[in-house]
Amino acid sequence: MDLLDFARGPALLWSLVILVLGVAWRLAGVLLQKRRPDYSEPRSTAVAAGAIGTIFRRMWPRKEFQARTAYSTTLSYVFHIGLAIVVFGFVPHILFVRNLTGLSWSGLPSGFIYAAGVVTLVALVAALVRRLTHPVLKLLSNFDDYFSWFVTAAPVVTGLMAVAHFGARYETILAVHILTVELLFVWFPFGKLMHAVLFAVSRGTTGALFARKGAAT
Amino acid sequence: MTDPETLGVRLTRLGVSRRSFLKFCASMASLMAMPPTMAAQMAEKLAAARRQSVVYLSFQECTGCLESLTRSDSPKLENLIFEAISLDYQETLVACAGHFSEHILKEAVEKNDGKFILMVDGSIPLKDGGIYSTIAGKTNLDIIQGIAPHAAAVIAVGTCASFGGIPKANPNPTGAVSVSYLMDQGMIARRPLINVSGCPPIPVVITGVIAHYLTLGTLPELDAFGRPKVFFGNTIHDRCYRRSFYDQGKFAKSFDDEGARNGWCLYELGCKGPTTYNACATVKWNGGVSFPIESGHGCLGCSEPDFWDKGSFYQPLSTGTFTDAKAIGVGLAAGAAIGVGAAYLARKRQKTISGGK
Repeated sequence: MDLLDFARGPALLWSLVILVLGVAWRLAGVLLQKRRPDYSEPRSTAVAAGAIGTIFRRMWPRKEFQARTAYSTTLSYVFHIGLAIVVFGFVPHILFVRNLTGLSWSGLPSGFIYAAGVVTLVALVAALVRRLTHPVLKLLSNFDDYFSWFVTAAPVVTGLMAVAHFGARYETILAVHILTVELLFVWFPFGKLMHAVLFAVSRGTTGALFARKGAAT
Repeated sequence: MTDPETLGVRLTRLGVSRRSFLKFCASMASLMAMPPTMAAQMAEKLAAARRQSVVYLSFQECTGCLESLTRSDSPKLENLIFEAISLDYQETLVACAGHFSEHILKEAVEKNDGKFILMVDGSIPLKDGGIYSTIAGKTNLDIIQGIAPHAAAVIAVGTCASFGGIPKANPNPTGAVSVSYLMDQGMIARRPLINVSGCPPIPVVITGVIAHYLTLGTLPELDAFGRPKVFFGNTIHDRCYRRSFYDQGKFAKSFDDEGARNGWCLYELGCKGPTTYNACATVKWNGGVSFPIESGHGCLGCSEPDFWDKGSFYQPLSTGTFTDAKAIGVGLAAGAAIGVGAAYLARKRQKTISGGK
C-alpha cells in the first residue's frame, strides 16, 4: 500500500469516524447541559426569532465597531468565503462529497478555484501575522489557535502544490493533501474549528436569552 | 553479437531508405530528449551496430506484451528495428519445441555470455516452491536464476515483470513478484535493470531503450521505479489533449453524455491520468492513431505499481477507496453516548455544587 492508497483508504475512514464521533460528543455534551432556571416574567415571546436573528446579525460587526474591526472582519470574510469556494466549488472535492454522501452539484472552473485558493492563503497568512503581532490577540492566543490555523492552512497549501505539481511527484503531493484534510477532520471536533458548528448554538442561545429579556440582540 | 550483418545493411536490404532511417533517428532522439546533434550520431552508430542478441523469457503473463511488440497493422521502422535485433530465444515465436527449444536457449546464453540483453515478460511466482508457472519442469525462478548472471542487462517488459502486475493483485494467490524484487532480495544476480511498465507497454519505448543501448552503450536515465525517464517523466494528465477541459472544469459525467461527445475531461469517470506516468498521450498507440483517453475511456494507470488494487477504474481519484458506513455509524453512536455521559456527569456535579437547588 503506497501513501496515496493509505490516504484514500484507512486514513480517510478513521479520520471520518473520529470526526463524526467528536462532533456528536461535543454537540450532545453542549446541548444536554443543564440550564439555569429563569423564573422571571418573559418580556417577549419571540424567543426563536431572537435566536435566529442573532445568528445572522452577528455575522457583521455593530456600527460602533465597524471601523475598528474592518481589517480583521475583511480578512475573516475573505478566507471563509475563499475556503467555501475552494472546498465546495472544485470538482474533485465535489466528487469526494458525492462519494461519501451522494450529494452533488455543479463545479466552478479550475482556474477560478486556483485564484480563490491563492487569495485564501494570503488572507490566512495575514490573519496569522495579525495574531502574532497584535499585543492583545497575541496574549489571548494559545496552542489551539495556532494549531487550528495550521490544519486549516495546510490543505490549502498542499492543494495548491498539487495543482502546480510542485515539491514532489503529483501522487505524493495528492496523498499529503488528503492526509492534511484528514488531520483537519481529526482536529475539528476537539479544537476551535468546532466553531463552524457551535457558532450557531452559542449565538442562538445568547439571542434567545436576550430576546426573552427584551434586550437588543 | 551473433550476426555479422549491420543494422544499416539489414535495413537497406529490407527497403528502408536512408531518409526514413534519419527521420526515425531524429524522432527517436527528440523523443528521448537528446540534443539535436545526437540524431546524426545515433544514425551513424545504429547503422554500424551488429544485431544485438536478445533472450526473451516469458513467465507468468498473458502474452499481451509480446503481442504489443510484434503485431502491427503496417510494418513500421520501429518494428523493423525490433525485428532487426537477434531475438535468439522467445518461446512463443521459436519455431521448434520441447528439448530443441531448451537447447536453443542454452546455446543463446552460452554463445553471448555477458553480452545479450535479457528481456523478461511476466511475474515470477514464489509461493509453494514456484510451482504455478513452470517450463520444461523448471520453475520461473530456477530459469531466471540460471540465465540472469550471464546477461549484460535486463529489461523487464510490462507491468507484471516490472511490478508484479495482475498476477500480484490482491490476494496474490501465486506469490507473484517482479524482477526487481528478486534482485533486491538477492535471489537472482544483480544486473542493470530497466522497467518498461505498461499493460501492455508501448512498443516504441522498447525500441527507444534498445536504440539508446546500441547508440551509447548504456541504459537511459531511470525514475524512482526504474523506468526510463524520457518516456515516464510526465503524467498522462500533463500531456493529455483534454487537459484544458480539466482546467476549465468541464467533465464528462457518463460515457455517452454531451461532455463525452465533446471530448471533455474524463476525471469524473475515474481517469487515472493524473497519477500515471507513461508516454501514451505523446507517443500514442497503433501507429500514433490514438490512446485510450482519445478513444473515450479514462486511463487505468496500467504502468503504475499495483494498479489493479487501487480501487475501481471508474472511481475518481479524489474519492476514498473504501468508506464503511457501519464504522461511521458506530462512531456517531459512540460519540453521542460519550456526549450524553459527559452531560450527565456535568449535571450531577452542578447538583452537588448547588446542593440540589
